[in-house]
Amino acid sequence: MLKNREELIALREEAKKSYELQTEKIIVCAGTGCVAGGSLKIYDRLKELAEAKGVPVAVELEVDPHDETIGLKKSGCHGFCEMGPLLRIDPQGWLYTKVKLEDCEEIVEKTVLRGEAIERLACKKDGVAYGKQEEIPFYKQQTRVVLEHCGKIDADSIREYIALGGYEAFEKALFDMTADDIVSEISKSNLRGRGGGGFPAGRKWEQVKRQKEPQKYVVCNGDEGDPGAFMDRSIMEGDPHRMLEGMMIAGVACGASEGYIYVRAEYPLAVERLRTAIAQAEELGLLGDHILGTDFSFRMHISRGAGAFVCGEGSALTASIEGKRGFPRVKPPRTVEHGLFDKPTVLNNVETYANVAQIISRGADWYLGIGTDTSPGTKAFALTGNIANTGLIEVPMGTTLREIIFDIGGGMRDGREFKAVQIGGPSGACLTKEHLDLPLDFDTLKKVGAMIGSGGLVVMDDSTCMVEVARFFMNFTQNESCGKCVPCREGTKRMLGILERIVAGEGQDGDIELLLELAETISATALCGLGKSAPSPVVSTIKNFREEYEAHIYEKRCPAGACQKLKQIMIDPALCKGCSKCARQCPVNAISGKIKEPFTIDLSKCIRCGSCIDACAFKAIKEA
Amino acid sequence: MNEQFDFSVVDKILEVHEKQEQAIIAILQEIQEHYHYLPREIFPYLAEELGMSEARIFSVATFYENFSLEPKGKYVIKICDGTACHVRKSIPILERLRSELGLSEKKKTTDDLNFTVETVSCLGACGLAPVLTVNDVVHSAMTPDKASELLKSLKEEIANA
Repeated sequence: MLKNREELIALREEAKKSYELQTEKIIVCAGTGCVAGGSLKIYDRLKELAEAKGVPVAVELEVDPHDETIGLKKSGCHGFCEMGPLLRIDPQGWLYTKVKLEDCEEIVEKTVLRGEAIERLACKKDGVAYGKQEEIPFYKQQTRVVLEHCGKIDADSIREYIALGGYEAFEKALFDMTADDIVSEISKSNLRGRGGGGFPAGRKWEQVKRQKEPQKYVVCNGDEGDPGAFMDRSIMEGDPHRMLEGMMIAGVACGASEGYIYVRAEYPLAVERLRTAIAQAEELGLLGDHILGTDFSFRMHISRGAGAFVCGEGSALTASIEGKRGFPRVKPPRTVEHGLFDKPTVLNNVETYANVAQIISRGADWYLGIGTDTSPGTKAFALTGNIANTGLIEVPMGTTLREIIFDIGGGMRDGREFKAVQIGGPSGACLTKEHLDLPLDFDTLKKVGAMIGSGGLVVMDDSTCMVEVARFFMNFTQNESCGKCVPCREGTKRMLGILERIVAGEGQDGDIELLLELAETISATALCGLGKSAPSPVVSTIKNFREEYEAHIYEKRCPAGACQKLKQIMIDPALCKGCSKCARQCPVNAISGKIKEPFTIDLSKCIRCGSCIDACAFKAIKEA
Repeated sequence: MNEQFDFSVVDKILEVHEKQEQAIIAILQEIQEHYHYLPREIFPYLAEELGMSEARIFSVATFYENFSLEPKGKYVIKICDGTACHVRKSIPILERLRSELGLSEKKKTTDDLNFTVETVSCLGACGLAPVLTVNDVVHSAMTPDKASELLKSLKEEIANA
């Protein structure tokens, strides 16, 4: 238990020393992705092999450091999930990709014992092998501020976080700054909410600080519900203390003594790591009563979500923490005045809090030097879909889509053509080729009807049908609509109904106009932000891909060839032997013909089930 | 109602949460972790113990997607149909599993209570799309054929148990 500032400084010195005494560090990625690829087994095997060879492995930082050791660590997500399981070797900065259990022996033998690189395991792109992590094109063009530690430190160790300067910002905020200083530093940095809206965090903090109410709360939104986004998961799993520190600084600034972290139920590993982190901070006395001998007390709680997308909305989230249905409510009053348990509440998302400690220790001016004038700092994105390199990336605000998709992401998969990128999840939009050179920041995206959202970038190739994508999102929103307000509950249902008709080839003249009209009404009248933005994917696809909608409606054709019910099934007369097997398989008797002569399909009867294709022994039946 | 229902598990959970009304979601989650669903017997009991109406507990239990009032299978298979998995073709995997187990969108659990197949919006493992989980263990880069194999091995596990 640390009793005062001096003890924290002493602990930092000691932790630093023992960190430096680890002359070599083997860091196994233990993010959700690599764990699925078996990285924990690799970790166990490496430990077993190294110990058998008498290597002085240390799985934790030594409390009383004196001997040189080799550190073996489980880290959070390195970001390059595509190439997992990943292994990083420090201080060399080597990254081993797609590591298998069988490679462990060689890793211990060569790398651990002799310090040699294993070229076979290096990341290869376009025939070039990249030994060092920072040289790989995927990493080279990133700027890692928030994700600085992710993949480099032991996510389960508070000592390691402290060794690398952790809780220094909190210490500074607690002892060297007044509440006003902290708020004005955050305001000056123009840190904007990373959850999507981009509301200045400093202004929020200022408003909460001003409230007279003695009981206030700091709440972290870790309900990363947007499909295709996993930045917050990676931060919570990879550097949980970074986020806790941000929340604690918010507590000092606003005069709050309780913090709540709301985490999605789908992120069990994040919950586990956060629980460990909180327990460690409590044990050291960084959380609890009279922290470091001051009057400041702060307790941290975790609330696990139970599967409701709407709980990502502020007032629904606080309702859920209170043990109620996650219904949003009418605002004002705003969360800063009447938030959790009806008390003034600072509500920011994971990435926003993860930015705070660095702004406090390095200053707002440093932060303003990154990114654009109106959107300073970096943004983490989850790069997924039909792209060569999927994973977690962080770039300065203002980076263009082209740089992200083609330089970092390595372009499209399987040599296909880029068609669109979906940004901002179910509240966001689909952008096209013409938007590739758009700088990504809060304001530019707003101008084209999109939003940064939480930061999911789902890249789509030319085999993706944009009407089907719109239907997919509308289906999602409809499922997740909480049902409180009519425009969202009924409006999204009607929109979904129309989209389902269109992809089934039953679209009618006037459908596009009706969709747009419904969209406008929902956007204008829905109760919460999620409802208001629910029609965005439809509106943006109509705007950018109207001809695809028209092809579905008027020509009953899916240009991308993706919509099952619009597929044309044809029998190639040159290949058909007239065996009648397909006709016997057809459930609706749509195939007819004379034995030993080519058969034909009556398309008005055909239901496109495809059973004839499977039945044909001569591969004469094809989808067109 | 079943007079035989053993409430000792529920009692322990209530004790941890000091019978606080606001902890209802966490209490229901822990009960579900134990039984794999929410048995109907617990509702009047919780109402009594927590001093809140049964209707309010029921309203919470039915609002959140994770709560199930129906028993689930021994193996709960969740197929991710988030955007990233969707564009990398997750639906054919779902269809394969459903057809092999005789399940549908309405019927999610097999009669022998061995398998439950459901979809989730996003598991946050988009880099490995398409993914599915079997009792929360992630299986990455799935295909319909890999799903069939997985099912086969799970069935063998059941047969050998």
